[in-house]
Amino acid sequence: MVDILVCVKRVPDSSGEVLLTPDAQAVDSRYVGCTLSDHENCAVELATQLVEVHGGTVSLVSVGPPESVEQLRSALSVGASAATLVETDLRDFGPADIAHEIAEVVRAHAEQGRDHDLVLLGNDAADTGDFQVPVRLAHALGRPVVTGIKTVAIEEGRATAHGDSPDGGRETYDLPLPAVVAVSEGGVSPRYPTIKGRMGAKKVEIEMRTPTRAPRGSGRVRLTLPPPAPSTVQVLGEGPEAAPAVVDLFQSLGVLR
Amino acid sequence: MADVPNHARVVVIGAGIVGNSLVHHLARLGWRDIVQIDKGALPNPGGSTGHASNFIFPVDHSREITDLTLDSVRQYKEMDVFTESGGYEIARTEERMEELRRRMSSAKAWGIESELVGPEHVKEKIPFIETDEILGAFWTPSVGVVDSLRAGTIMREKALELGALTVVPNVEVTDLVVTDGRITAVETSGGTIETETVVVACGVWSPRIAKMAGAAIPLTPAVHQMISVGPIPQLAERPGEISFPIVRDMDTFCYERQHGADMEVGSYAHRAILHEPDDIPSIEQARLSPTEMPFTQEDFDPQLEQAFDLMPEALGADGAEIRYAINGLLSLTPDGAPILGETPEVKGLWSAAAVWIKEGPGVGRAVAEWMTHGSSEIDVHHSDIARFYPHQRTRSHVKARTSEAFIKTYGIVHPGEQWEGERGKRLAPMHAQQQEQGARFFETVGWERPHWYDGNEALLGEYGDRVMPREHEWDSRWWSPIINAEHLAMRERAGIVDLTAFAIFDVVGPGAKDAVQRIVVAQADVAPGKVIYTPVLDERGGFKSDLTVMRLAHDRYRVVTGGLHGMADKKWFSDHLAGDGSTGAAAVVDLTSAYSTIGLWGPRARDILGRLTDDDISDGGFGFLSCRDIEVGNLGVLASRISYVGELGWELYVPMEEGARLWSLLHEAGEPDGAVPVGIGVYGTTGRIEKGYRAFGFELDGERTIVEAAMQRPKVKQADFIGREAYVKQREEDPKTVLCTMTVDDHTSSSGVKRYMLGGEPILTRDGGTLTDGHGHHPHVTSAGSAPSLGKHVLMAYLPPDQASLGNRLAVSYMEELYPVTIESVDSTPLLDPENARIR
Repeated sequence: MVDILVCVKRVPDSSGEVLLTPDAQAVDSRYVGCTLSDHENCAVELATQLVEVHGGTVSLVSVGPPESVEQLRSALSVGASAATLVETDLRDFGPADIAHEIAEVVRAHAEQGRDHDLVLLGNDAADTGDFQVPVRLAHALGRPVVTGIKTVAIEEGRATAHGDSPDGGRETYDLPLPAVVAVSEGGVSPRYPTIKGRMGAKKVEIEMRTPTRAPRGSGRVRLTLPPPAPSTVQVLGEGPEAAPAVVDLFQSLGVLR
Repeated sequence: MADVPNHARVVVIGAGIVGNSLVHHLARLGWRDIVQIDKGALPNPGGSTGHASNFIFPVDHSREITDLTLDSVRQYKEMDVFTESGGYEIARTEERMEELRRRMSSAKAWGIESELVGPEHVKEKIPFIETDEILGAFWTPSVGVVDSLRAGTIMREKALELGALTVVPNVEVTDLVVTDGRITAVETSGGTIETETVVVACGVWSPRIAKMAGAAIPLTPAVHQMISVGPIPQLAERPGEISFPIVRDMDTFCYERQHGADMEVGSYAHRAILHEPDDIPSIEQARLSPTEMPFTQEDFDPQLEQAFDLMPEALGADGAEIRYAINGLLSLTPDGAPILGETPEVKGLWSAAAVWIKEGPGVGRAVAEWMTHGSSEIDVHHSDIARFYPHQRTRSHVKARTSEAFIKTYGIVHPGEQWEGERGKRLAPMHAQQQEQGARFFETVGWERPHWYDGNEALLGEYGDRVMPREHEWDSRWWSPIINAEHLAMRERAGIVDLTAFAIFDVVGPGAKDAVQRIVVAQADVAPGKVIYTPVLDERGGFKSDLTVMRLAHDRYRVVTGGLHGMADKKWFSDHLAGDGSTGAAAVVDLTSAYSTIGLWGPRARDILGRLTDDDISDGGFGFLSCRDIEVGNLGVLASRISYVGELGWELYVPMEEGARLWSLLHEAGEPDGAVPVGIGVYGTTGRIEKGYRAFGFELDGERTIVEAAMQRPKVKQADFIGREAYVKQREEDPKTVLCTMTVDDHTSSSGVKRYMLGGEPILTRDGGTLTDGHGHHPHVTSAGSAPSLGKHVLMAYLPPDQASLGNRLAVSYMEELYPVTIESVDSTPLLDPENARIR
């Protein structure tokens, strides 16, 4: 049995052109809607697979606006069974504040007898990209942490985490539980919800909390967009003569073998 | 990829199903130098066509929509992109079963094979459906799916093969150039195209594009939610895109449509979610495509459970996941009809918008014919963009009406059903008095018109069973026996009718006579003071309208026509004013909002009016079909001796601000004779059908001829007029169909309840056999209503000529039961007062 907490954040979908709100404090979601980031979808999937193997529960926590309930229910529909929302408009909340609030939830749950053996997070937020919450959370909880992880296995109270190293090699970490792991996309394929899963997710009562303290960490001045990536369109050829080049490309992408 | 040409004969904006169909049909009809542009890439530029569920249920209660759908199916089949799957509309309530019986009426009327079946029929074809909650279903074997993107490509290619078309994708329209009221150029991100004709066929973006030219296309982008669930083993084991019938679960407002191994579940149950045309994302900004907006799960959740309950084995199959979910954008209009035709604001700027996949190719053909010949084979007047009054083009109106209509997409809509919102907008000057009289207001193009007056309830006691009460709730919904009581009071005494909703416009100028003469069928070269009632034809000899014209002066004609089609009539007159220029200019001046009209009719009408005027209103002094200014009390009134209800009387025209005063005067003067206010229930139905008067939009439309409607006069006027050549030819041929008037012999249903038809029902042989006229059409009731003076329920229908004989006994099918009818008139001879003595 394993008790896993996955931390998720409501973020604008980033598959279209990224737009900022007029005050540059957030990414504008009006055309794309909100979702969970790919990292976090993979974290939820990893957790679900671990529980399928070992038994136990997947719980969710989010710090954000009331609408985050939508994302919590999405994740509930693919395997999680409990969820907590720390409700805040996130204004003035920096990564230190968010890590603090998640730590408070972990402690509160422990007091209720729910010890989260493993806390999974997305490696970095898809909108603000702070890259800080996992490490700060681990520090606050006094637990070991690894980041950039794609798969996790659990055996006898220890976790084995795999990730890619910058030079293209593979990194393997061995951690004692309880631990904090920041997940990068690519290790597992997140499942889509089933209708039954979705219907079940609607019935879960979400634990609602408020922040335990006023934000005090580093704040945000504004977001800026990177310069647009140069076009990478490359014409492979025209007509039947282009076919071999297309095959080569598909093979290099792993689409064809 | 082609460059943007700097000149075109016509520019078609949009490469969805409509634009593609349009370029094909324009090319087929001989157009060359066609340029088609789209902001997106081909073959799926990102509009509504790209995410359509692509299925077609052919039966609709609207004749126009059904005809467009059947023509589209024919075209899809020709292109080999149609797959027949069959389809069910299932009923969970007895009320819905009744609606399905009404669907059967429409199916028979339009000649589409359909059948009412039990749950076991559904279960046999769809083994994984739960039928416990299903009472029955409307089965249409010819339901199917199409590949609308492939069809678009085929149609573009046909135009390309003819050398008629240049297609330029990835080009955005930046402006439309209008010079002196005419379109002259399209400015694009790829350069300027000079042109005299532009068609806006870009779906949800159409309002934004038309606005660049100062024209309105009053549609709104709206969300239709759809999810795709799979893979489902029961579906995957069969080959091809679709092998199970499509299910419309009417009472939960959703559909289930197989798409390969997936089941698509679409919903019309959620709240109306409207988008601003300017707020649709660009292709770059969009997550999937601009018209596949982010899914709002909570709106869909209730539907999810209903769909699951219907098909738990399939939708709950192991591994079946929600793989795709969108808030798909489609176009909705305030009255539900497409928006087709040349915009009234800008010459040469056309709209072909608010069209669904099932109508796309048919609309493309109809609009191309209209652009080429001035009219189309399939009459599309309900969809004419010219129908809108300015208030109907406001964003607020569009949003309110589409929001109210959305939930009715799969709803049970009574033919008389009234809108709840957007009411109280156009008020007659006597509106306050009418409220005191207990008026029940029905709305037409914004006007609040009394349909009957509760204040006349006392008449029910006076007339007893002569008011022909209706027992069944459906038959009497949006109806009252008071209508028939008002009718009888008018026939015995007098009725006062508010006709403020008329559209009125003058044709003025030195060329007025020649212009009117050229536009109308009847002789217009009459003395000032004469009134003519006349058809207006299109070039093919189909009805464009029927209306009255008063010649007020040598250079002034006043046209009075129905409010519903008045703006289209006005555009028709405006478009056809110019002759060869030899007789001088004419202009159309809209006076709709300048005059209020009150009708005074009945045997006592002359006595009543006589109390208010010293003018000579005797038959000798004020003959039928004449008009002149008279004094009524202290008001100056234009009086016109004419009748749409078959009684002696006048239409009285006063400046709008004097309408309330005239209303009071007539009631005061009418009191000694027992005159009553009479609503549109009488004017539009009971009074008219006792007299066999035809109504545009019911008996008359672009597919009907004067001869078929039995409205031909002994001679055709010598002067040329639009449609003359066709009309003369029609007169020389035997009619293919004949408009007849029938009465119902027995109203008793199998349950013993007497039933009363409301219109649209099929006419069959006495034993239920199908009838077919020379056009291949099956007869259906064009108008139905009480004839209280005769104590009969009257039906009008076009019948095959060999059936059109007096006394012929046929049957009408209503709610799937046959009722015997007898033909009482095979021409325009009225059932009541055939000598028209009452009018004298």
